[in-house]
Amino acid sequence: MVSPVIQTSSLTRHFGEIKAVDQLTLEVQAGEIFGFLGHNGAGKTTTVRLLNGVIEATSGEARVLGLNPQTQGSALRARTGVLTETPSLDERLTARDNLSIYADLYNFPRADVSARVHFLLTEFELAERADEKVAGYSKGMKQRLALARALLHKPEVLFLDEPTSGLDPVAARHVNDLVEHLARREGCTVFLCTHNLVEAQKLCDRVAVMEHGHLVALGTPSDLTRQYVKRLDVDLEVDPTQIELVLQIVQGLPQLVSGPPKQKKDMLTLTLSGRKAIPELLHILVQKGLHVYRLAPQEANLEEVYFALHGNTQ
Amino acid sequence: MNTRAILAIARKDLKVAIQNKGVVLPIIILPLVLFVILPWIMAYASSFTETTGASNDIGELLARMPAGLLHELSGFAPNQQLIVFSLVYMLAPMFLIMPLMVSSVLAADSFAGEKERKTLEALLYTPITDQELFAAKLLGSWTTALAVTLLSFIVYAVMVNAAGWQSIGRIFFPNWMWIALVVWVTPAVAGLGLVVMVFASARAQGFQDAYQTGGLVVLPVIALMVGQVSGVMYFSLSVVMIVGLAIWLIDAVLLWFASKSFRRSQLMTKF
Repeated sequence: MVSPVIQTSSLTRHFGEIKAVDQLTLEVQAGEIFGFLGHNGAGKTTTVRLLNGVIEATSGEARVLGLNPQTQGSALRARTGVLTETPSLDERLTARDNLSIYADLYNFPRADVSARVHFLLTEFELAERADEKVAGYSKGMKQRLALARALLHKPEVLFLDEPTSGLDPVAARHVNDLVEHLARREGCTVFLCTHNLVEAQKLCDRVAVMEHGHLVALGTPSDLTRQYVKRLDVDLEVDPTQIELVLQIVQGLPQLVSGPPKQKKDMLTLTLSGRKAIPELLHILVQKGLHVYRLAPQEANLEEVYFALHGNTQ
Repeated sequence: MNTRAILAIARKDLKVAIQNKGVVLPIIILPLVLFVILPWIMAYASSFTETTGASNDIGELLARMPAGLLHELSGFAPNQQLIVFSLVYMLAPMFLIMPLMVSSVLAADSFAGEKERKTLEALLYTPITDQELFAAKLLGSWTTALAVTLLSFIVYAVMVNAAGWQSIGRIFFPNWMWIALVVWVTPAVAGLGLVVMVFASARAQGFQDAYQTGGLVVLPVIALMVGQVSGVMYFSLSVVMIVGLAIWLIDAVLLWFASKSFRRSQLMTKF
């Protein structure tokens, strides 16, 4: 059996009275894109720091690539790449200098440094301005350069802290495509900290939701929607002449339909109590002689999971 | 020790520092004033006192000096003594400002400046160890301070001999005291500026803040200058050796404390 790339057991970090990360237990498998969701201050960045041996845990254990971050931090960091929340670039230096310095820090083979730097600058569409000072770059360019720096030494695990924060949609999509490419094509494990739920839903194989340092949910996006979103919206299309009749019928079914139906032209949107209400509702409508053209559940998304969880923890 | 990484950070810090006017201007202006302009002013002032009859006042000043200094000046004619006293002895403590200022201004940019620019976090995610990072941060500032100081010393030697040539007519600088000052004391003083700035940077919000707080380290040098001018002591070879030893010991103690506090986990919050 393959051991997980990231494994934590009751990992805890306090800052005085504040529990930044509290009893965190999770596993991340090789090649996975693992979403780490939560508000600002939920403990995401602290977890990344703990997993890279940059800060020490108050208690609990962690293993990344089989290494203990607290005692084998240097060896571990040689195999991980981190994109910090702010690009953390030397803006008085050029993009090429920024990358070349980090090549030395990662002890990248000297003979290959120039080619690797050139490759990354080209890959991230920065080659034309490679010898300009970073201070003159746009936010998107800085973010791309920081990502190039995180990938410079070909890390096995990539930690991304809000990688698309502040980027325009085109730049954000570029970053997301790259993350997907790294995980799917190159087998890199990605630990993605974000509060962009749409991005997480699209990219992540599994997600963990953090709230005030606690892990409040863990699973695939679809598992979580099934688990946490109890109510379900469905689109119902019937013969237009039968809409009034439908409204009368559903008003008499409070155990299946909660709240007033929404009508948009010939389409009704009903909020059901759950997936099990679908066949029951369909059976009743057909039995009443209605012509049902379409009854389609709207897929719940992580956003609903997130707010459901957020409501639970308030 | 990963020397490649250490050198990379030292080089990076220097490359970044030389683009900061707040760093470069004092490094250019101070030696220009102290070691180029001042020798000529003092040499001119010395010859001026001879022609205006102020030599009696100077004689009184020299009479207050310790016997050891008077003995060392005895090899010079009375009209040469003031030039030698001012250029060789009076400016000796002032010379120590150079390594102190250069090392502390570079260290402020390296430590507090890094915090201000928010560039430290990415460095902390690299494989470099805490000790290597600490060594790298000190190395760049220390070696540059020494190089600038050595260059200043060479310039000063040329200026002093040129300015005093008309009165003395031969090369009279440097003497053994100055060589000991440059070889033994200035590296220690540069180290002192560095470690003080490491502590100052931990509490400062940025480069200027750290530089102002750490600037207090110049006070002992000013005390030495006052001591020398007032005749309480003078920079003989033995005094220079003892001062150097004392500073090296202070460096060692401060460096030990600084290295203990220079840990990743603390840097994340302090720096």
